[in-house]
Amino acid sequence: MITIDRKKHRKRELTEKIIEKIFLVAASISVISVLIITLFIFAKGAPAIGIVGVKEFLLGQDWEPMADIFGILPMILASFYATVGAILIGVPVGILTAVFLAEIAPIWLQRIVRPAVELLAGIPSVIYGFFGLLVIVPIIDEQFGGGGNSLLAAIFILGVMILPTIVTISETAIKAVPREYKEGSLALGTSHIETIFKVILPAAKSGVLAAVILGIGRAIGETMAVILVIGNTVQIPNSLLDRARTLTANIAIEMGYAFGLHQQVLFATGVVLFVFIMSLNLLLNHFTHKAGDK
Amino acid sequence: MSKLLKSKIVVLGLVAVLSLGVLAGCSSPAAEEKETSTETAPAVEVVEEGQATTLEGHVNVVGSTSVTPVAQEIAEAFMAKEPGVKVDVQGVGSSAGVKAASDGSADIGMASRNLKEGEKEWGLTEHVLAFDGIAVVVNPANGVGELTADQATAIFKGEITNWKDVGGADQEILVISREAGSGTRGAFEELLDLEAENAEGKTISAVKKDALVAEGNGAVKANVAKKEYAIGYLSLSYVDETVKGVSIDGVAPSVDAIVAGEYNVSRPFLLLTKGELSPAAQAYMDFAFSEEGQAIVAEKLIPVQ
Repeated sequence: MITIDRKKHRKRELTEKIIEKIFLVAASISVISVLIITLFIFAKGAPAIGIVGVKEFLLGQDWEPMADIFGILPMILASFYATVGAILIGVPVGILTAVFLAEIAPIWLQRIVRPAVELLAGIPSVIYGFFGLLVIVPIIDEQFGGGGNSLLAAIFILGVMILPTIVTISETAIKAVPREYKEGSLALGTSHIETIFKVILPAAKSGVLAAVILGIGRAIGETMAVILVIGNTVQIPNSLLDRARTLTANIAIEMGYAFGLHQQVLFATGVVLFVFIMSLNLLLNHFTHKAGDK
Repeated sequence: MSKLLKSKIVVLGLVAVLSLGVLAGCSSPAAEEKETSTETAPAVEVVEEGQATTLEGHVNVVGSTSVTPVAQEIAEAFMAKEPGVKVDVQGVGSSAGVKAASDGSADIGMASRNLKEGEKEWGLTEHVLAFDGIAVVVNPANGVGELTADQATAIFKGEITNWKDVGGADQEILVISREAGSGTRGAFEELLDLEAENAEGKTISAVKKDALVAEGNGAVKANVAKKEYAIGYLSLSYVDETVKGVSIDGVAPSVDAIVAGEYNVSRPFLLLTKGELSPAAQAYMDFAFSEEGQAIVAEKLIPVQ
């Protein structure tokens, strides 16, 4: 009897161990992917930055790949402006939507709004771009002239694209605020709206900030939708109606044509983008840690 | 849970209905652009060597978006004759085509410009399939139908910025160009003297810096077709009724004008191969340069024979 039990036991231990290893392998795939991608991008791109020169590359205003002149300042600024614009639209709308869903909307309305927001997240980005090209660009052209392909068009599209990220994460954060906070505030005689803005949102601050940062990440990284509406002109945009080219658009548009140093420089553009995204993630970690300390 | 699912389906349905409405509202005539091009196929003599054996295989033709339409039409006529062969034509740009032919990821590469110095060292064989015109195009609603070459150059350089200076309406000109590295852009800049030298003596583009950049011939055409005061340039084979080809120095862009040597904005279309081809790919090449293939080429381009 005892020997059989031991056998069984050993067998069980073995399967446990194997399954644990399978979990480990699954988990390491993400880590390995990140490492390989980082290594690859830096190995391919970093030498090009050395050849072009850090200053010429990051602060150069001319992009003439056929003449080996590679300055990406116009694209850095375009990415920056487009992202800031998208945040200015997406964050207020997103947070208000989240508050509405978590605090105000009756259940039947929640059942319409929430799936709609989720569907928004599922629409492929090229469809957003196509919509922008066929609807938003002509409207801007009609109202302001200049063709319509502009920073403004990109900002509109990106503003809508980051909504689902901001809404879902902010809503979770708002719902995580302890009930007692709200009850206490209401018991002191404040109105529901006052409670939302003075108690609930401040308490959910770190989660909402995380939502905003993830939204920024999405806006910076978006490529296809932006290419279709922004006009892709390499110039420092001076107004919302100017055409521009973002970092991601630059890589996507020229990769098919690139050759030699030009191709390496596009990888270097990827390095810059990568550093941006990494810094954002560090920022995000910082905020979420703070949330834990609270 | 099921309630949530239900409401999701309801919203999905709503979205579908709405978008159907939109689609119905703006149905475009683009679908009819393809004319039956194979009508000119008189049962040409069965392929030499009299081998009635059916070829089988798969041919990848990759490269310039300018060469793609004609390569596709040749492929369709070819596949009608050789049902066992599947030909895939992909337009991804001249440089990508050169690279694909060189590293073997494509059987045949397509380029709409001459090979660059670096590319010439890769041991590719160049076959000039045709010569192509580049048409300067405007919106059909634009009153301007003729420019001198100097005017066209000045417009693309940004020296002329209003249509009224070339006999049109008092409207700002929206210049549409192509991405750096595009074969069409390279050839166009060369032909219309749109190249400049910078301080270091390197050749740079003289096209105005704030030109809208559209990715590919199709995107240029779509932009010009939609924007009334736009001007762009296209491979002649892409010109159709949605845009208007502008006469340059009094000559309208057409195959006849190029053959006659009157329309000078033209460049070669190359098919690129490396080493020994598969029988199917070789058959495609033979077909492209046969009388029949060149007849297809002649519809919009200048055949080499």
